[in-house]
Amino acid sequence: MRIINRHPSRGLYILLASLPFIALAVAYSIGSYQRLSVNPADKILPSVTQMMAAMNELMFVPDKRTGDYLFWSDTAISLWRLACGMGISIALSLILGVTAGFIPWVRALVKPFVEAFSLIPPITILPILFIMVGLDEASKITLIAVGTAPLMLRAVALAVEEIPREMIVKAQTLGASTWQMITRVVLPQVLPKLIVATRFALIPAWIFLVSAEAIAAVSGLGYRIFLVRRFLSMDVIIPYVLWITLLAWLMDLTLAMVQRRLFPWFQPEQKS
Amino acid sequence: MTTVVLEKIWKEYGNQIVLENIDITIESGSFVALVGPSGCGKTTLLKMLLGEERPTSGRILLDGVPLKAEPDWDRGVVFQRYSVFPHLTVLGNVLVGREFEQSRLLGRLFGAKRKTAIEDARALLKSVGLSDHENKYPAALSGGMQQRLALAQALMRKPKVLLLDEPFGALDPGIRAEVHALMNELWVEQGITVVMVTHDLSEAFRLGTRVIALERRRNRPEEKERYGATIAHDIAVWPPKKQKKLNGSAVASEVPALVATDVSAAVH
Repeated sequence: MRIINRHPSRGLYILLASLPFIALAVAYSIGSYQRLSVNPADKILPSVTQMMAAMNELMFVPDKRTGDYLFWSDTAISLWRLACGMGISIALSLILGVTAGFIPWVRALVKPFVEAFSLIPPITILPILFIMVGLDEASKITLIAVGTAPLMLRAVALAVEEIPREMIVKAQTLGASTWQMITRVVLPQVLPKLIVATRFALIPAWIFLVSAEAIAAVSGLGYRIFLVRRFLSMDVIIPYVLWITLLAWLMDLTLAMVQRRLFPWFQPEQKS
Repeated sequence: MTTVVLEKIWKEYGNQIVLENIDITIESGSFVALVGPSGCGKTTLLKMLLGEERPTSGRILLDGVPLKAEPDWDRGVVFQRYSVFPHLTVLGNVLVGREFEQSRLLGRLFGAKRKTAIEDARALLKSVGLSDHENKYPAALSGGMQQRLALAQALMRKPKVLLLDEPFGALDPGIRAEVHALMNELWVEQGITVVMVTHDLSEAFRLGTRVIALERRRNRPEEKERYGATIAHDIAVWPPKKQKKLNGSAVASEVPALVATDVSAAVH
């Protein structure tokens, strides 16, 4: 039998899926053990115990200078920035994306500009943002918005244009005004695709968040990683990276669940 | 009472003449089937009736008034596909026409108005045999059921003319016969004027009170561009079908007194 026609059983599937994770963990443990047995003060591959000790400090011991629990305050401020940036992108892509996809005049006004704008590598405008809006929250939030809005806006506009012409004509023959079509036909059909676009946009959003925090910030997950890098504190960096990964994964999972719950009629795989 | 008049309709795309000199008067309550080979412009004609396309010259009058140049509530439509909204339930799909009509800002009805609307929608769903499915989404319906839903949805808005663009073309033969019977019933009950485009002759004669065949008179490659299709046959279907009594008076299917002796020969 050809290998493409052979499917693993459920148990085997789980085993295969977990194999790379286990392999990575084992490889790390061996490496860590070997380095630490040669030099107990080695910082490059800390043991799990060392990482837990370092994280314990950050999670449950208030910082001497500010009195904050650094891990949690870093998480809160980073999530806040991410939420603000994504919020702006979602609002922009809904307002401009839907109108640009639906109303030819707005399309002419918005589309070429957004297409040109989306070609700018967002990170290159970070210095401009620092100079113009300063080093505080606004510049980081703007960077996330600038990095994700054009791509989400285009996804939403495309989703609107993909609504079959028959459906729009049908709505008109039922007497719908442009406003009624936007609220009752276009938006409901675009919202599930907006969630898909948001899930995709979260990937660059994290990149821009961490970059902005690394370059100019006094708090946040990205800031902490790049701060402790100076002391080769892998025992903090590795757990932080894992934590960011976990957060990103949970967000994706939540959005996927929201999409299934709110839009039971929307099944992307069934699209013909 | 609705009459549709097409006056000297020409349609050209650039150099290509698609339709020429189309003159049709559609009487109230008639069921006109437009037939013809593919590419003869019958769908273009329907699109002009719909307001999606404009005639290059000539005009279309609805009850003596020139047609609005965009689709509107006075012309209902059922397409072959994508006629219903996938994000609304069966009941929601039928309700939406009334909601567009009565709630300009929110597009949603509440209280007594919603109650009446739901009653009317349920009555229509009953007449198309979808009473048991009102909470399903269209994706869960078969093709025939989706088209029946599309009919109910269009009728809810009480259009003056119902336009059908190959509405049953994608259905299995058995289902199609079923939907034909339903379509005939709806036409008899609701007293509407219908224009249907189809490539299925038997369907045209089974449902229509009048069959209009479009054809290109000249079809040689070098002539094709400059000669559009025109009305080749205009046949009153025998025996005449009658709609139910509406407003106290019987609405006969008033068609030109032209009766083809050999119908199939006339069309081919």
